[in-house]
Amino acid sequence: MAGAAPDSGTSAETTYRSARVPLLLPTWLVIGIFLILPVALMAVYSFLTKEMRGGVIWEFSLAAYDQFFINRGLFGDEPPSLEWTYISVFGRSIAQAATATTLCLLIGFPTAWFIATRPPATRGVWLFLITVPYWVNLLIRTVSLRFLIRENGPLNDALLGTGLISEPLAMINTNFAVQLGLFYSYLPFMVLPIYAAVERYNFTLSEAAADLYASRWVILREIVLPIVKPGIIAGCLLVFIPSMGAFLAPNLLGGAKNFMIGSLIEEQFKRSLGNWPFGAAVSMILMSLVLILLMLYARSMAKTEAR
Amino acid sequence: MNNAIDIRMVTKTYGTVTALKAVSLSIMDNEFFTLLGPSGCGKTTLLRMIAGFEDVTQGDILLFGQNIATLDPNLRPVNTVFQQYALFPHMSVIDNVAFGLKMKGLDLPTRTARAGEMLEMVHLSSFADRLPAQLSGGQQQRVALARALAPQPKVLLLDEPLSALDLKLRQAMRMELKQLQQDTGITFIFVTHDQEEALTMSNRIAVMSAGHVQQIGTPRDIYETPVNRFVADFIGETNLLEVDVASIAGDRAQVILPGGHAITCSTATHDAGRHHLSIRPERLTLVPLGAGMEAVVDQVIYLGTDLQVLVRLDGGTPLQVRIQNAARTQVPAPGSRIGLHLEEGAARLLAD
Amino acid sequence: MALRSVRHYPSFFSIAMLCLIILYAPLIVVMVYSFNDSPSITNWGGLSLRWYFDVFTGPEAPRFRAAAWNSLTIAVLAATIATAIATAAALAMLRAGKFKGRSLTFALINLPLMVPEIVIAVATLIFFTMIGFTTGYLTILIAHITFCIPFAYLPIAARLQGIDGSYEAAARDLYATRAQSFWLVLLPLMAPGVISGYLLAFIISLDDFIITNFVKGAGMETLPTAIFGSVKQGIKPNIMAISTLMLGVSILFVTLSYLINRKGRQSP
Repeated sequence: MAGAAPDSGTSAETTYRSARVPLLLPTWLVIGIFLILPVALMAVYSFLTKEMRGGVIWEFSLAAYDQFFINRGLFGDEPPSLEWTYISVFGRSIAQAATATTLCLLIGFPTAWFIATRPPATRGVWLFLITVPYWVNLLIRTVSLRFLIRENGPLNDALLGTGLISEPLAMINTNFAVQLGLFYSYLPFMVLPIYAAVERYNFTLSEAAADLYASRWVILREIVLPIVKPGIIAGCLLVFIPSMGAFLAPNLLGGAKNFMIGSLIEEQFKRSLGNWPFGAAVSMILMSLVLILLMLYARSMAKTEAR
Repeated sequence: MNNAIDIRMVTKTYGTVTALKAVSLSIMDNEFFTLLGPSGCGKTTLLRMIAGFEDVTQGDILLFGQNIATLDPNLRPVNTVFQQYALFPHMSVIDNVAFGLKMKGLDLPTRTARAGEMLEMVHLSSFADRLPAQLSGGQQQRVALARALAPQPKVLLLDEPLSALDLKLRQAMRMELKQLQQDTGITFIFVTHDQEEALTMSNRIAVMSAGHVQQIGTPRDIYETPVNRFVADFIGETNLLEVDVASIAGDRAQVILPGGHAITCSTATHDAGRHHLSIRPERLTLVPLGAGMEAVVDQVIYLGTDLQVLVRLDGGTPLQVRIQNAARTQVPAPGSRIGLHLEEGAARLLAD
Repeated sequence: MALRSVRHYPSFFSIAMLCLIILYAPLIVVMVYSFNDSPSITNWGGLSLRWYFDVFTGPEAPRFRAAAWNSLTIAVLAATIATAIATAAALAMLRAGKFKGRSLTFALINLPLMVPEIVIAVATLIFFTMIGFTTGYLTILIAHITFCIPFAYLPIAARLQGIDGSYEAAARDLYATRAQSFWLVLLPLMAPGVISGYLLAFIISLDDFIITNFVKGAGMETLPTAIFGSVKQGIKPNIMAISTLMLGVSILFVTLSYLINRKGRQSP
């Protein structure tokens, strides 16, 4: 039978072979012109000279990257040393994103496991409940969280009411608020891929391990986690990457002190105050970090599949 | 022009893999013709090329004398019953059956009437407005048949249509398909890997393997006078022994069995030397010692209608023997010595 | 399910409940407070719909109405165009055989998901500024179409992949032309995926703040940018009413999508 032959194409799989180019042309054009070309332009901009009123002068310059990495003192006359201001913004963003990812994993894994072990009927309902917030406007979710945790907001009221605390907790405009915001924004992204992995998990393996005297938690560590690892990694990436470049959560929940990459970039494009080449350079650095992460991920996935 | 289909030197390659190698065969009008072979032998590819779902790499396909090898599937007056039926899940049963008629441009009253007749023919009139998913496997099978027959194709192609049914239903459908073919007078080309299906339904069978047609013939030809080792082994059960040929004259050969016994048998080869001999287990009989060959009984396996007796010739060659499980049958005891008798036509010398 | 089953882990149920509470508590609180009959967001003044009336008739109503109109029309247009583009791409990716550049095209389709949103925002702003194209509405629309393509593509391709080729073969066998086989058989079978893709693209477009905020230009607002502008001066009760309304729209959409998918699964 044809199906057994490698590379065999049945007619349905090749029905649109002759129409391939016209079918793909819109995709190529739209993404090529409105995404790849702009990103290439952004790369060019990061090597241009800034203009005071926002915008650029078409003259090659490394000033943007120089500003990012090298400290020449307030008046530019000191011996160059490593500039920590922006690197520490990246460091803080990465730390915040990592914390949020860890929180998501700690809550997300048990939740995903719990859902995947429900009978099929209730499983659908649980999945539905987990996905609903993903469909709700992120801005509205963030605003809601801000409303909930603000100094004299409902959460503090409730805590005061129960007598657990005697004065309102300062949650808003803290690091914690940002982490909570990121966690809250991207939690469904952690649950869904882990759920998909656990759903495919063959529970007989757990039974076999239990039969061989492994305890519940040993089974989890030795058998389950290694097998569902691809789902966990996918979930972590799906939370970590958008968290790193997030704008709304740090901006609405973190206040001025808890500045992250997103805000740093946004500042550079505010009307006349900005520095477009510097904004472009920071964006380039952020994008490179993300693409490196994704490439590492793709490589590790390819390795897993090859095994 | 008497042939419904002429396949002329058809080759099919996928990249570097050759699925069919210069296959030629002719299928007569009003014939129930079966392409039989293991999976990967090229039978489905050949069927799909007749339907027009696969391009022909080389060669011609003639339908009543007209070359259709390069026509689009919708321009070929042949219809297919698909393996998993491929009933359109979003259309009712009657709409499925009428689909081909609609595409051919028949008006609504005509096609409704004709589709109704087809459903009546397969005893599903009362299911006309159901969706395919609401039918059982056997019922879906009949709808697929009705749908393919409705446009009155010149040739009906059936791609393992019974493989998704359970055993009882499959056996009943065999008779029904055979009857349908005789009633409609349409040429059926049936693809299967199930030899029993092929033997019970077909006028003729083409046994295929590795992209080649190994043998074409009636079920009796194929079973009783296989041309080579593959056919003998694939169709039914057999004992294959390596033997030395003593002499060959016409289509008779004298061969020496392991253990030294000499027998005469029909032959598919004319070369002397070492060849394979096929002995059908049901053509061997157990006889009292002293007449013919001798063997030792190893094991007796109970199969219900039959008993399978595993014996060993002098020299150690194992053979299996089928005997009927009748009331008077004497079951030999393992370890005992018995005589073996070869019926006329029991053995055949094979080409490789 | 026995308690001793290997599927059961103590405390996982509590964590799953905690997960739901965390996800829903802020939304429910805002929903409740949107019915608060008090101009202060801190004190409870009894139930009322006054802030909903305020949204439609209050001083900020014209601004929100214009923003809502922009948001909705952009979401409808962007989702429609992105779905059409994604459907065509899915056909080429899954029904046109293997070809050189297939994996590159796949990467291209998914690129908007891989590049951080804020980077897309910056790049798009630079691009439109450079070509001197700053009409607001159209720039937002173009940007939305671009990043909606992968969201529309994923469910459509997933659905198409699950449709056995034999349906189209059967249609062709029964004398349907290529076009008839597409419109009468393949497209109806793809419909649940296409609708899911459309709904997802619609919601993603409606949801977007960052990219819109960058490319919108002066004087142009969508609902998220308008809400963001208001919230910067503090959360007012009318924002909670708008939020609740948008929440309703989202829940309506996710329910629709859920039902369509469930129906789609029943009739493969």
